[in-house]
Amino acid sequence: MASLKALRNRIASVKGIRKITKAQQMVAASKFRRALDAAIAARPYAEKMGEAIANLAGGMKDNPGAPKLLTGTGKDDTHLLIVATSDRGLCGGFNTNIVRLAKQKIEALRRDGKKVLILCVGRKGRDQLRRVHGPLIVDTVEFTGVKRIGFANAQAVGKRVLAMFDEGVFDKATVVYARFKSVMSQIPTATQLIPAPVEETKTGGAFYEYEPDEREILADLLPRNVSVQIFHALLENVAGEFGAKMTAMDGATRNADEVIDKVTLLYNRTRQAQITKELIEIISGAEAL
Amino acid sequence: MTDKIAFDLVSPERLLLSTEAEMVTIPGSEGDMGVMAGHMPLISTLRPGVIAVSGGTEGDQRFYVIGGFAEVNPGKLTVLADEAVPVAELDAATLDQRIKNAEEDLALAKTDSERAKAQETLDHLKGMRATL
Repeated sequence: MASLKALRNRIASVKGIRKITKAQQMVAASKFRRALDAAIAARPYAEKMGEAIANLAGGMKDNPGAPKLLTGTGKDDTHLLIVATSDRGLCGGFNTNIVRLAKQKIEALRRDGKKVLILCVGRKGRDQLRRVHGPLIVDTVEFTGVKRIGFANAQAVGKRVLAMFDEGVFDKATVVYARFKSVMSQIPTATQLIPAPVEETKTGGAFYEYEPDEREILADLLPRNVSVQIFHALLENVAGEFGAKMTAMDGATRNADEVIDKVTLLYNRTRQAQITKELIEIISGAEAL
Repeated sequence: MTDKIAFDLVSPERLLLSTEAEMVTIPGSEGDMGVMAGHMPLISTLRPGVIAVSGGTEGDQRFYVIGGFAEVNPGKLTVLADEAVPVAELDAATLDQRIKNAEEDLALAKTDSERAKAQETLDHLKGMRATL
């Protein structure tokens, strides 16, 4: 049986842990609100962008002069996976889930004989992928010092991706991130970035006049769309990260409560047992006289 | 008076303005245009410049935008701006200071990409300054 001192130490240390997890949970909760607001505020732009591109692309798809970002390079050899995770841990299975989806994708692609490259956005994803797929990682982008992810951050990543595409490093790009559904659940999602996926448009809508011409607008919009999609993924991720952190830290605080209760009970029992034992010794000693 | 046109100004980060106005002047890449209700459908890219809202529900407003594009429908105008700042929030002294900083950055820039970036910032700031 553990000594009383050991039990006392155990209680004190679990109490310390509980304080930390509690604080983490509260910090996550307040950041979560802001992150969610940002994600919601960014939605109209992404939606409008999608609509405009769908409108334009409908007419351009079969056009031989269409930009490569829309039609693809015509090859399907090298895939770039942009794996967006968080920079910090203590958020339950959040990062692991994203990485798991990314790994499945990588394996599926390699089985088909494709070459895979990885661009990690976020430190945790890199740490997990490095072990198995180290040589595939082209680069890692971190936002550790960034307080609030702005469009400029996403644009920087977007520019990198576009530069690589222009050099012909890869043929298709997919971004892997966690779509925010609720505080409890973030769904790992893979969205194709390049070539831009075009849903069938409901034609018969407005016939637009273009200024300058269609091709130039499209050439301007498509690269921008890459950044917007990445931005969207990053914002969803941030909201998801804090959501997951809230849940995980709430669970941890509860666990700590439970452990404290259990150990305190054990401590009291042990103490009582010791007192009883001492009393018995005294009494039997007195009786023996 | 005439019908009003619905006007949304959206930046990647948030919806900046959603209002109705008699006319909105936007800096199209091939020239400024005034958009009123009943305008023909049009998509245009924007150059850095000022968007002026006149006869809006909240009075006249001016925004400085750095690039983006505009989508016009007969009843609605949507501007997707890379970055937009209300002109009222710009003030000459701060801008002058930022221009000075940007000029220093430009002078200190070592690589080509740094220089290009500094030059871009400087141009934007000068553009903003010119609208005051």
